[in-house]
Amino acid sequence: MLAALRERYPLADVIVLGALAALVIAVPILNLVVPTDSPLHISTFTVTLLGKYLCYATLALSVDLVWGYCGILTLGHGAFFALGGYAMGMYLMRQIGDRGVYGNPLLPDFMVFLNWPELPWYWWGFSSFPFAMAMVVAVPGLLALVFGWFAFRSRVTGVYLSIITQALTYALLLAFFRNEMGFGGNNGLTDFKDILGFNLQADGTRVALFVVTAIVLALSYVGCRAICASRYGRVVVAIRDAEDRARFLGYRVENFKLWIFVASAIVAGIAGALYVPQVGIINPSEFAPLSSIELVIWVAIGGRSSLYGAIAGALLVNYAKTQFTSFMPEAWLFVLGAMFVLGTLFLPNGIVGLGRRWAK
Amino acid sequence: MSALLALDLDEATAADEPQPGAKDVLHGSILYLEGITVSFDGFRALDDLSLYIERGELRCIIGPNGAGKSTMMDVITGKTRPDLGSAIFDRNTDLLNLSEPEIAAAGIGRKFQKPTVFEQLPVFVNLELAMRANKGVWATLFARLSGEQRDRIDAVLHTIGLIENRDLHAGALSHGQKQWLEIGMLLMQEPRLMLVDEPVAGMTHQETERTAELLVSLAGERSVVVVEHDMEFVRSIARRVTVLHEGRVLAEGSMDTVQNDPKVIEVYLGA
Repeated sequence: MLAALRERYPLADVIVLGALAALVIAVPILNLVVPTDSPLHISTFTVTLLGKYLCYATLALSVDLVWGYCGILTLGHGAFFALGGYAMGMYLMRQIGDRGVYGNPLLPDFMVFLNWPELPWYWWGFSSFPFAMAMVVAVPGLLALVFGWFAFRSRVTGVYLSIITQALTYALLLAFFRNEMGFGGNNGLTDFKDILGFNLQADGTRVALFVVTAIVLALSYVGCRAICASRYGRVVVAIRDAEDRARFLGYRVENFKLWIFVASAIVAGIAGALYVPQVGIINPSEFAPLSSIELVIWVAIGGRSSLYGAIAGALLVNYAKTQFTSFMPEAWLFVLGAMFVLGTLFLPNGIVGLGRRWAK
Repeated sequence: MSALLALDLDEATAADEPQPGAKDVLHGSILYLEGITVSFDGFRALDDLSLYIERGELRCIIGPNGAGKSTMMDVITGKTRPDLGSAIFDRNTDLLNLSEPEIAAAGIGRKFQKPTVFEQLPVFVNLELAMRANKGVWATLFARLSGEQRDRIDAVLHTIGLIENRDLHAGALSHGQKQWLEIGMLLMQEPRLMLVDEPVAGMTHQETERTAELLVSLAGERSVVVVEHDMEFVRSIARRVTVLHEGRVLAEGSMDTVQNDPKVIEVYLGA
């Protein structure tokens, strides 16, 4: 009975979903209900910081799906995160309306500054929240579909694939830096006022964003778990371990890789869309190759192909980053590098691998 | 048709001259390779190779290293495209136009030289993934095992002697067990033609004997092509043996005929 229950609801899944449920209930109470002078009070700053971590955790989940399960070492996943973020940023820019510095009711500030006569066509529709949310899913998904279709059909694998994913995000970085692209150049999109009519600076909005982020992470976790637990997920693992064998069993390997890549890009895009209103800015630095490499390090440190390992890695590394960058910012990259090297050497299965070894 | 099976292949083809390109002249052949040539950087791995496998036949293919045995398997399964020649499966399926998954779906299964199983997945799942079924993305996303399919997997687990190891990760199996698992995966595919590359490498004497029994029992309802170096093993299972050398068929016939063929002796023992 207990064994059957355990198999149906593995301990790790219960812990992840339980912890997220606890956060969803506790954080609003501790921020909004508990008085400010109480030691139990959580500041809005901390709520937003936690929300940011959960966005990163969702992003790490998407990386684990393709890297951990399908063996595709993506070094460009930040691109999908940033595109989702830009789609949300464009909606938030349109919400500013005439409250910008120049008070132009039709154009965002940076377009006024660049003397643009009218809104470019690709900004059309972003005043609508549903349209913007559709773009959050569609833009990263389509990019992944086109990129993956070419890459997987040509049987580009291993380090070559990693290099072209890196090139993809670098190309987007350069493109988004250009003012002519119409995405705010190197300043990006910022100075957001409200979302769906709610003031972004208000505590209530911040808490709501946090709660939505936690729920999205939980849903992404359940979704990824469902994919991995299906026969499709087992085929994906099979492809990772012996691609030729899978092909000779009659599986169209390129399609299996393509769809898991697209699913992962969509999850990354949604994480980006939730990240932007919480941090208040999106700029081309999110496309930086270094950010995408960092993602892989989170997953490696947390432990690949478990999903919860990716979440643990993202939370741990980002917490360490917050701590380090506040008192020794210049040392952070060295610390990150050291974590990666030591993790690879001594914890091949990451933190969760260590946990599993102890459990035995 | 059944009488034809018993005939020597040369006589059969002589009786009805095959027309090149015509597809209805293949009689009982499940596989028809004609004039296959494959070159790698000027080196001819297969040189005008012609080979016919009868329905239900168990054929052994032997030959020294570099004779083109593995390249031939690659051509049949779609991994390598030949420069010249034709490859017809089951009368009218042109293998040269199909991709690897399409060839697998058409009914050709392959066991690799080096045992290739999904090491991180349990033995049971290895067989599940090999099972003949709709192998599209959507179909696998929502696939559920029926009771009948479970029974079939368990039956194959019994056949290959891995029922005790059904939940073990395939990577934990011994070399011989992996070979068996891969043969089991072939069985799950229910192919009409099985290509088996070195099935007994790394097996104990006892395991080798069991493998021989299994392969012999499989032939008949399906066709089996075995590539093997172990001469004793080949002698124990083969009725017809084809010797490949430098990408061509050097000799074909019963084991005794082949072993006494002066050309074969020269290749194997050196001039």
